[in-house]
Parts: sequence; C-alpha cells; structure tokens
Amino acid sequence: MRVSLEWLGEYVNPGMEAADLGEKLTRSGIAVENILRRDARLDQVVVGHIDVIEKHPEADRLWVCSVNTGDRQYTVVTGAQNVRQGHKVPVALPGAKLPKGVEIGEAAFRGIKSSGMLCSAEELALEEKTISPEDREGILILDKDAQVGQPIAQALGLDVPILELELTPNRADCLAVINVAREVSAITGQPLQLPDVKVVEKGEGRTEEQVKVTIEDSDLCGRYAARLFTNLRPGPSPLWMQRRLQAAGMRPINNIVDITNYVMLEMNHPLHAFDYHTVKDGHIVVRRARTGEKLVTLDGQERELNSENLVIADPEKAIALAGVMGGLETEITEKTTTILLEAAHFYPASVRRTARQVGLRSEASQRFEKGVNINTVKLAMDRAAELVAQLGVADVVPGYVDNYLRPTEPVKVPFRASRINALLGTTIKPEQMEDIFQRLQFPVQWEAATEGEQRDAGIVVAPTYRPDIQGEHDLAEEVARLYGYDRIPTTLPQGKTTVGQRTWPQTVREKIIDALVGSGFREVVTFSFINPRHLDRLAIPAEDHLRQVIPVQNPLSEEQGILRPTIIPGLLELAARNASRRIPDLAIFELGGTFLPKALPLKELPDEAWKVSALVMGAAPVHWSGKPQPYDFYFLKGIVEKLLSALKIKGVTWSRETELSYLHPGRAARLQITQDGMVFDLGYMGEVHPDVREAYDLAARPVVMELDLSALTLLARAKGDYRPLHRFPSTDRDMAMVLPVAVPAGQVEAVIAEVGGNLLERWRLFDVYQGNQISAGFRSLAYTLRYQAPDRTLTDEEVNHAHESIKTALMERLGAQFR
Amino acid sequence: MREQLERIRLQAANELQGVEGTEALQDWRVRYLGKKGELTQILRGMGAVPAEERPAMGALVNEVRAAIEFMLEEKSRQLKEKEKQARLASEAIDITLPGQVALVGSKHPLTLVIDEIKQIFLGMGYEIAEGPEVETDYYNFEALNLPQDHPARDMQDSFYITPDILLRTHTSPVQIRAMERIRPQLPVKVICPGRVFRRDDDATHSPMFHQVEGLVVDKNITFGDLRGTLLTFARQMFGPEREIRLRPSFFPFTEPSAEVDISCGCGGSGCRVCKGTGWLEILGSGMVHPNVLKYGGYNPSEVTGFAFGMGVERIAMLKYGIDDMRLLYENDMRFLSQF
Ligand SMILES: [Zn+2]
Repeated sequence: MRVSLEWLGEYVNPGMEAADLGEKLTRSGIAVENILRRDARLDQVVVGHIDVIEKHPEADRLWVCSVNTGDRQYTVVTGAQNVRQGHKVPVALPGAKLPKGVEIGEAAFRGIKSSGMLCSAEELALEEKTISPEDREGILILDKDAQVGQPIAQALGLDVPILELELTPNRADCLAVINVAREVSAITGQPLQLPDVKVVEKGEGRTEEQVKVTIEDSDLCGRYAARLFTNLRPGPSPLWMQRRLQAAGMRPINNIVDITNYVMLEMNHPLHAFDYHTVKDGHIVVRRARTGEKLVTLDGQERELNSENLVIADPEKAIALAGVMGGLETEITEKTTTILLEAAHFYPASVRRTARQVGLRSEASQRFEKGVNINTVKLAMDRAAELVAQLGVADVVPGYVDNYLRPTEPVKVPFRASRINALLGTTIKPEQMEDIFQRLQFPVQWEAATEGEQRDAGIVVAPTYRPDIQGEHDLAEEVARLYGYDRIPTTLPQGKTTVGQRTWPQTVREKIIDALVGSGFREVVTFSFINPRHLDRLAIPAEDHLRQVIPVQNPLSEEQGILRPTIIPGLLELAARNASRRIPDLAIFELGGTFLPKALPLKELPDEAWKVSALVMGAAPVHWSGKPQPYDFYFLKGIVEKLLSALKIKGVTWSRETELSYLHPGRAARLQITQDGMVFDLGYMGEVHPDVREAYDLAARPVVMELDLSALTLLARAKGDYRPLHRFPSTDRDMAMVLPVAVPAGQVEAVIAEVGGNLLERWRLFDVYQGNQISAGFRSLAYTLRYQAPDRTLTDEEVNHAHESIKTALMERLGAQFR
Repeated sequence: MREQLERIRLQAANELQGVEGTEALQDWRVRYLGKKGELTQILRGMGAVPAEERPAMGALVNEVRAAIEFMLEEKSRQLKEKEKQARLASEAIDITLPGQVALVGSKHPLTLVIDEIKQIFLGMGYEIAEGPEVETDYYNFEALNLPQDHPARDMQDSFYITPDILLRTHTSPVQIRAMERIRPQLPVKVICPGRVFRRDDDATHSPMFHQVEGLVVDKNITFGDLRGTLLTFARQMFGPEREIRLRPSFFPFTEPSAEVDISCGCGGSGCRVCKGTGWLEILGSGMVHPNVLKYGGYNPSEVTGFAFGMGVERIAMLKYGIDDMRLLYENDMRFLSQF
C-alpha cells in the first residue's frame, strides 16, 4: 500500500517530516517499509515551451528546437519525432545529472550547438505502470496548462514523499487512505477531517425504477448497492486526481475509471461500472455460477465456471465474476451513455477461491479477500457519485438501490483496565486508556465505579472497519501500541522454579553426536524431502517396502517429490557433490527423521523414525610418516562399536545383510540385540553396492550406516556395570589356529568366550593371515587370551588346562588346526 | 716410597686429563686402583718398610687412594654428563614437520546455534519439546487460531501431503502438543527447535529451514515478562551490551504481538549487516492468544502466556557472518570444516 503525504494531508496534518512520521507509524504497528521519493536528480529539469521547431539542415532525423524555459531560451537538438511547435516538454538544462546517470552538457550535432536535452518518461525515471503506453514513447508531452519554467518534479507531482506500507493481515483497513489518516491522527493527536459526502442528483426518473438487484446467495454477498449515471461525458480526470493515483502506483485511464479507482484507494471499496444498456432489464442477479457456465472476462479470456464461483448476472447470463473481474460484454466503451455503478460486499473466502481458480488476482479481488467494511458500502458509492457530479463526468440519477441482507453490528468488547494492565505488566490509568480509545475513535462506556475505587470495567464499541478488535486482548494491544511498546517494563516470569533438563532421547542424541564428532565425522544437514529418482538410483525393487514413500502433493520441483524413507541417498548425493569438487575423503553423518507411511494414501500421520546415518569414503588424512588409514568397512565398524560403547550397549550380534539393494551383499551387516527374548533391530552398515556407486557417479567405495535412534535410545544406558578391579596377577597366552576362510571370527570368539568361562578375563585378535604357508581357502587367526581369577593367583596348571580346553573345543567344533 | 706415592698421585692426575670416554677411564682405574695397579704394588712393598714408619706410610697410601678415587668419581660424573648431552643432541628432530593427523569432526553450524539457544533456555528452566515434521492441519493451523480461509494462511505457502496433512510451516504446532501433554500442570516452559517447510526457494529462502519456538504459560505471565525473557536471551546469545526493541506486529496465535529487533553489533552506527539502521530483526513474539490457550486445554481467564519464535538460519548467518543461506545446505566440507 502506497500513500502520498499530499493525499494524506487532505484528512490530517501529521505536523512532522515524512521520515519521522514513518518511524512513528512503524513503532505503533503500521510498518513503513520505505519512504519513496520520485524527484531525485530532477532539480535541473524544468518545463519548456517549444517556440520553434525545424528540421536539422544536415540531418534527416534530427530536429532543432528553440525552447523557452521562462527566463531563458535554449537551442536543443532532438532525435525524437513526436515534438511539435507549442508543446510543453521536460527540458534537462546543461549541468543536469539525470536519475539514470546521464549527464547533460552542450554538444554540437552536425554543426548545430545543442544546450540541454528534451526528456522522455524513462529518462525522468517515471514508473512505467503509472503512465499510458503513448507517454512511454518519445519525448514526454506535458499538459498544455503546465507552467513554463516550473521544476518538472512539481509539474508532475513527483515532489511528494510516499509512504510504502507493509500491512499485516489484521490491518487491511489501512488499505484505505482515510484509515491511514485515522491512524496518523491517533498516534499524533492531530485532528481528523474526513470527506463529508454530499451527492448532487440531477434529472428525471429514479434509479429504483430502472435498476433491480436480487441477491440469491446471501452467504457469499452480504450487501449490494447500485447507482445510475447518465449523459456520460468521457475525458481525462483532473490532474490532481491523476497525480494521486500515480503516487499510489496506478495509471490514470479516464474520468469514470479514475473515480472508481480513487474511491477504492480512499475508502478501500472496490467499485465496478457496467454499461447499463448491456444489462438486460437493468436487473442484477447475484448468484453462484452454474456448472459449466461460461464468461468472457475483461481481459478477453473465456472462463469456465462452477458453483464455487459467485457471479453478477442479468436474468440471462453471467456478466461479471463478483469481486474479481468484470465481463467483456458489459464493459464501458465509447458508446456508453449510462453507467450502472456497483458497490458491494463479497465474503473473502469465496473471492479468494474464485481468484485462485481462475488465476486472477486483481486489485479488487485482493481487497475483498482481505475484507472490506460492509457498513460503508453505500458511503463509498455516494462518494463516487459526489465526484462524478462534482467533476461533471455524468449526471447522477436520483435515488439508489441498496440490498443489505446481512447487517453487521459493531462488536461490543467488554474489558477491565486492571486485566489489561495484568496482561501487559503495566500500571496504565483508566483515564490514559480512555484517551487512547478516543484517539482511535473507539467509543467507550465505563461501568460506574464503586465508592472510592477507580473505574475499571467498561465496554468498547469496535468500529466495523476494525474487525480485528474482537476481545480484551485486542484492546490490550491497542493500548500497548499507543502507550508505546518501549514503555512496557522489563521483568521475568515469577512463578515456581523449574529445572531445565534434557529428556533421555535428547541426551542419547547428544552422546551420539559427541561420539561421532569426536571420531572425526562432520555433521551435515540435508532436506527431509528428496527427489523420487533416488529410489531408482538405490536400485530399490518395485515391490520393496522402501518404495512405499509419501509423495508431496505440490512440490516446487522433483527435488521435493517424496519424504525420505532413508537418509542414505542424501549422504550419497553429498559425497558425489564433494567428490566433484575434488574433496574425495569424507566422514559425514546426519541425525534426522525418515518417513514411513502406515498406509497409502496417508490417513494418519506417518511414523517419523529418527536415524543416525553416516557415510565414509576415501581415507583419513595421511601423515607424512605413515600409511593412509582407509575409510573402509572396518573403519566404520570401529566407529559403530565406539558408538555402542559410548551408549553402554552390549551384546550386539552382527549378521550378514543381503536384503538391501544398495549395499554390497558380501560387505554388509545387520546389527541386532536379543534381550528378554525380544529381538531389537539396531540398523545396518555396509559398503555401497557397485551399481549404486555408479548411479551416483562415485569412483571411490563409500561405506554407509543407518542406525535406528529409537532402538538405540531404548537400549542405551546412562552408566555401565562397575566391577571391582582384580587384585591377583593375570597370565597371557597366545594361540594361532588355521581355519577355513568361511568360518567367521565371530564363531571362533563365541567358542572362546563360552569355553573360557570365568577364568578368561578377555581376548584380543592380533593377527589375520592368509597366503604363503597356508593352504588356499584357509587362514590363520591369532589371539591373545588373558586368564585371571578374582580370588586367587591362577596356577600354571589351571591356565594350561583352560587354554587347552579352548583349543580342543575349537578343533572339535570348528576344525581348527594348531601347530 | 713417599716420593713414589706422590709421583703416582701426580701421574694419575695428569693421565686423567687425557682420558676421554668411559672405556679409557676404566683402563685408567685398573692401572691405578686395580689388583695389579700401581697402588696395590706399593702396598705389597709395605713389608720392606720399617715397622715404626708403617702406620704413617699406611695413612699416606690411603690418602693417595682416596684422592685417586675422588678423581675417578669426579671424572666419571663429567663423562656421563657429556655423553648424555651428546645423546640428547643426536636425538634432536625437526620440530617444524607437521604433527600426527588427528581426526577432527564438527557439528553443523545450525546445530551449534540450536545447541547454544537450548543451553540458554535450559539455564532458565525450560524443557525441550519436540513434535512431528509432518503435521495435521489441526495442529499446524486450526489450533493456532488460523481457521480455514484465514487470510494469514497466505503468509505461509505450505507443502501438502493430503488436504489435511502437510509439512509443518512453523514449529508452533509443538506449542499445542506441549500444552496438551503438560495440562493441567503449570507452568508450561518449553522451547521447540526443529525443521519447518515452506514453498519458497530463492537466494534468501530455502524450502526447508529451522526455527526455535518458545512458550511459557502460567498464572500472571505478562508482556513485560516476555520482554525481559527476550532481553536475557539476546544478551546471552549476542553479548551483554545488546538491547532489544519491540514493534507491534501481527501473528494469528498471539495478541498483543511484537516483532523483536536486537541492536546491531556495530553499536548503532549503522553497517552493512543492519543496512544502516542499527537494528536487526530476529524474532516474532507475543502474548498467547486466548483461543490458542483454549485449544491447548487451559482456561484463558486463569492463565496467560507468551510465545516467541526465531529463524535459526538467520541467527547462524548473523553470528558467523555467512552471506548466502544456501551454503548451509550445500554441506561443502570446506565450509563445514570451519565450525
Ligand atoms: Zn550494524
């Protein structure tokens, strides 16, 4: 919303500079985003009169003008073809520096010295949307009454500051200049002078006899009023009106259109003018469109309508889309002699739906969507009639039609000053509140106070142009903003002391992040939605449950097509992006939600399973003294083990994972825990399948993991089991065995643990060897075992016995050979 | 014999001068103190000394022996010290070569900012509440005083899953969920960090971003309490010299409502960050609308509350001086490694 101070000044004198007024408005709730000035760098441009214009003797397309600027005569050469003798035009004097940076001097054009320049609209930086197409071409030809020598900014009304308001949805009332004036009056205390509307009617007959209005769907249209104007005398509107429209960012068209626009801006009431003779029987019917009904709108487009749309119709057909756009057939043309002016109130929801559906958001529809004041419909219509008569645009036929089916009463808002103070934390006196309400022109009635007490309870009647005032809390805001938010005291909640602490799941998350960051991983954040094509890249089979994804209905692009069922594709995409930027070594993780529907299409909210997912690729940074530590399966497995240990989770079994399409079937593991007879799935890790690697264009071999946060949270423990330290010495014994490669180390260790029993304190694998001296298909595993008892020093015999038992068991059960 | 002893003492001292290294010292020791050493030879010759001279001569022999032993000890100490110095010198390394490469990880800057915000409010006795990213229309709009066709729904263009289920457009639905969980207990003191989604994608908007919402509901909560809480937060987050400024604004779920500006680090002189105004817009806030309290299960005539919300990306950008929001989602390692 743009309001020029010149227009505002008709209703209230703010008594301060634009910048100060802007600041004051902003601090009291009407945000002034900018103070627009259109006269920058125009101080050296004045109105000039073309005394003489002649063809340049040496050049076909050039003209030589003798220009009078009041006190001086200039010779100006121009290449524009639209200048004639007697025209008044903008002349940039020598030395001028125009808005777009052009500097004007003196120059010779084929032997003729030219001083200054005639200007086009563009050179003056006039807003294109506010000027007619013909004014955009060539030199700007000024009004014949323009005053020679006058600075151009004055002549074109560009010297008034314009407030650009950023209105919040609750203050749509300030789409009316008069309501901005009310606001200015309230915050400055300056008197308000609103238009006193008096319609001068003329001629025979009465509107009521020639116009009939039937509102069929009063749930969508609460009020419809109309007037007739005859003997239309089309022409331009007066300059002062054109200037105000232009300051507001609109283009003057002609007198009748300008008047409707002027009233729309002044009072926030969109009006519409029909050619009366094209409306059959002068009968306006306001009704829902019939399904399939067609209407050609002003822009020449044929629109197919349905029963959601409200139309203005005559007895035969729709003639306008109510509140959105008029119809082509009933448009005002040069032949129009009589106008039917519509002033109405349409309910926002219906206008919004229709405007959306037909893809038209006109100035009128946006205002109806935000809500106009139903009680000033007739006032706005009369204001237009007053201007029509005053400016001699047409004769106003006596009388009017006004169907007001759903009268809206102003809301009475009871309040207590004490409660407003309690909400704000202030001690504002009832008289101060009364003063604020009066400045806002909110009538207030107080209940009589009891003897010796202050007044407290009262009722404010909220004007219907302020529908946002519904309850006491709304009055509290009015009081606070006019009292000044700056004067609200600074306190802290009193009440009961509370202890802020993290929940267990939140604590577990922090532990996980700390463990990963401490292991050299960088946290990343990727979007919760992904491109559905990731599922193909991950080679997920058509019938797989991971294909049961939740689609987003209205994504901006495919990139937000589905909610992610796993974080892995996001990490792979990042790996590819970094690799393409020559960052081949990565250790990254993300903690976040994944989304799995209970059923599709979604009937209820999906499961949001939080995962901790990680990806490693390449190798750890290499030190000059050593070999690179590859970021491979065993590296990431070590990290997973560290994570589990940080969470004090024990007893995880690792089994081969072959189901997931995006993992290497020979290099993937699933993690599970069996506890109290229940199996908990912790997630999986593994090397990315070569096909998937290729789909992501990755040369290296990434390894990924995805663990389930809720399972980790459930199994994690705040503290481990403490066991007293052993006081008696321990004995270490090594064993090296040869086994078929197919026997996993996990099985070997299971036997060691079982047979070793209580005497075995711990064991550690220290060598895995395959190659020379070992037959093909076999490998050697070497362990150190530590024996220890809590209550005594073990004898050699005891240790030997235990060690041999383990060996025997390994030989018998797994076919291990010892040398 | 006496001269002989004196000669040995002098000779030992002289020879010792030239001794370098422990081996040579060993030879020297054997030569003078060993079983076949010169001093031993002399003792063997004691038999030839007249009996009355023997005690004096014995004392002299012991004196000379003690002197030679002292020399030996002294020399040995010197030699060890010298050898140690030589060893240390030979062990010197190039201390300018790079150190062992430690694996350095990092939290995402958005997590760092959220952590910091959490820490401040945990310290003020708030708990951390969470809610789903996929929400119902009821929690995202209706219970927040945004009924169907409310014009303010236009402020937030949403990603829909079904007509009734959408990606939450703000963390405010967690306010309702928190009240439902805690009622009828008092006070409610929560902050709700999380991801939110809006249909915007340009240089200053991302279709997904982060918010932290705060909510306090109790008896006698005032607008002044909101102001004090936000001032405390602003000073802990940005520095003790900061001030805040409240401007009237509009949110459907609060009334009165306020935009909150924090004074810029430039101290009001105006800079590029604050676009010369001296103030930075960082928060939206207000007193919880009575309808929202009702939806949360509290009686608005008995309790009041305040709520506030902030964009984490904006704060991260201000705090770290990041000028392009998209960097936060590109996850370039060269970017992430700076946090
Ligand atoms: Zn600044």
